[in-house]
Amino acid sequence: MARGPALVALGPLGLDRGGHLLVRRALRDGAVRVRGDHPELAVHLRAWARAEGCRLTALDDGFDLVPGPGDRRVGAESTGSVGPGGVVEHPPARWGLAARGARVEAGTAPIAFDLDEKATVWTDELPRLYAMAVAAQWDPAVAIPWSAPLDHPEEVEDAVVQLMTYLVENETAALLVPARFLARTHPHFREVLQVLAIQCADEARHIEVFTRRAGLRRDTLGLSTAGGQASLRTLLEEPDFALASFLLSVMGEGSFLSLLRFVAEHGPDPITRAVCRLASQDEARHVAFGMAHLQRHASLDPGLRPRLAAAVERRHDALRDTAGLNAEVFDALVLVAAGSWAPEAIARGWDAVQGLVAEMDLGRRVRLGQLGFPVDEAAALSSLHTRNFM
Amino acid sequence: MRPLLLGAVAYDPKVVTIWDGFARFFGEHGLPFDYVLYTNYESQVEAHLDGRIDVAWNSPLAWVEADRVARRRGRSARSVAMRDTDQDLASVIVVRADSPIRSLADLRGRRVGVGAADSPQATLIPLDHLAEAGVEVEVLRHDVLVGKHGDHIGGERDAARALLADAVDAACLIDANHLGFARDGTLPAASTRVLATTGLYDHCNFTAFEDAPAAELARFVDLLLGMSYDDPAVRPLMDLEGLKAWRPGRTSGYALLERAVDRLGTLDPWLAGRR
Repeated sequence: MARGPALVALGPLGLDRGGHLLVRRALRDGAVRVRGDHPELAVHLRAWARAEGCRLTALDDGFDLVPGPGDRRVGAESTGSVGPGGVVEHPPARWGLAARGARVEAGTAPIAFDLDEKATVWTDELPRLYAMAVAAQWDPAVAIPWSAPLDHPEEVEDAVVQLMTYLVENETAALLVPARFLARTHPHFREVLQVLAIQCADEARHIEVFTRRAGLRRDTLGLSTAGGQASLRTLLEEPDFALASFLLSVMGEGSFLSLLRFVAEHGPDPITRAVCRLASQDEARHVAFGMAHLQRHASLDPGLRPRLAAAVERRHDALRDTAGLNAEVFDALVLVAAGSWAPEAIARGWDAVQGLVAEMDLGRRVRLGQLGFPVDEAAALSSLHTRNFM
Repeated sequence: MRPLLLGAVAYDPKVVTIWDGFARFFGEHGLPFDYVLYTNYESQVEAHLDGRIDVAWNSPLAWVEADRVARRRGRSARSVAMRDTDQDLASVIVVRADSPIRSLADLRGRRVGVGAADSPQATLIPLDHLAEAGVEVEVLRHDVLVGKHGDHIGGERDAARALLADAVDAACLIDANHLGFARDGTLPAASTRVLATTGLYDHCNFTAFEDAPAAELARFVDLLLGMSYDDPAVRPLMDLEGLKAWRPGRTSGYALLERAVDRLGTLDPWLAGRR
């Protein structure tokens, strides 16, 4: 004997409060008979059925509905699989914002993301870097001893404020650069988006703590220079992901790691030391991501290294006529390391800053070596790096 | 072969997306096609009567206008196709759930909020329904984009809001908007009660006159009726235009509107200028 339509008993539930979910669920398996007591059931069911393309027949004690066309899953396209192993080489624009592993309805209008090549953005390190980044998030209100005493001389405080002014400006550039690429990355590369987003959040926190440290004893900050901004501008204006990430993360943030560690060691007070120590931990992850995806990219594309070298040279040429690091920042570093204006202290501070500059150069040469540059070329490129450090 | 030229009224920016999409679809299927947008249905009907377009995507009121002028001139208009969602609609007259109004008779002399003056679904057919029941009311119109025959939802939404704000005692809506307004929170669930439901009527159709290019028009209708919602290439277009299937045109669903415009004299001034 043929089975009759499945019964959907809505009782007092109307289609104005979700009754259509029950009807739609039942329609997946074929024709249904709907009964219910809601006073507007007849009006609403007819309107709903019309919009759904269902055929409706009114009965004495209910309504019969025959399903309409249009299962959106028919013809839907798979978008790889959820895990990192499911990343494809070139996700198409028609996958749009779909979660990796979802199925995309056929006919979905494409959304263009120009960073859509695995070779350009991917590294297998991404899931690990993201997990580390999430676990390493720190709360400035808790992690920094904000009430620690500041008992160093006023002029050393001025030097700290100048350094913080410089750091905020540089961290702002370090926030904007990944933010721009984040918005251009195909969402299929979920882990890239996540790592870049956390990188932005890290920089937002750095901007907060450096600003707050600068304002502990001063109402105004230090000097922002034309040369410093010109240097950072070349980072903001670099449209190529590999080149920008090379200049920012490998060369710039790599050098910044040394700088932050230097201030974490020589800073005159526990607050300055803590903000720089915590920021340097985050920056190390940013450098690691830049290194990891560029190493993979370089291994797949032999043309990348010459392009990276050319980018350093181009940036050097663009900045040739600028002052580079402002004298205020350099002098502030010396004074912070010295701790006082005593001539022998200044000499110590001077030597320490010379050591910092040498350490930055060494770090750049090591990282360039890890990217496959021969020793002599690495040394030459490192020497061309901006005098602004970032 | 010159392109089949369609007229449509731009009641929303998406109209461009819709007809660009259809033009592409028809072109890919060997039917040269182009379209012209009008700001109001009266201009479109005039252009159609003058032979400046071959087929018009007409509101039900525009259909009545085209049909009546055509008859006067010894011509004939046809409805060649319509959406499944254009067939068998109903309008509702709703009151607040706590209203003492229990029957249409209780509405006598009360304030009734309707949509735009030329909206078949939110004004003309419900007012005819009231008149047929012998109930005279004070009509408060919510004129959003007059000339677009109520295609824009704004007039009905304003009427619904006026009901909740107690500015009117009843509001007139198409059935689907009563459900839609419940879902989007304009009329929260259980805040209103349906007092009356009109008879069933039809909405838009593609209208052609007797002198339309026969082969192109036949191809146009064939292609429409052949569109399947299961085909992902055309589904987005059908979603935008709000249908699951095209149906052959019919004119049996316009009786209520014909009666309403006769009773209310809606078209008299316009028709007077078009002998």
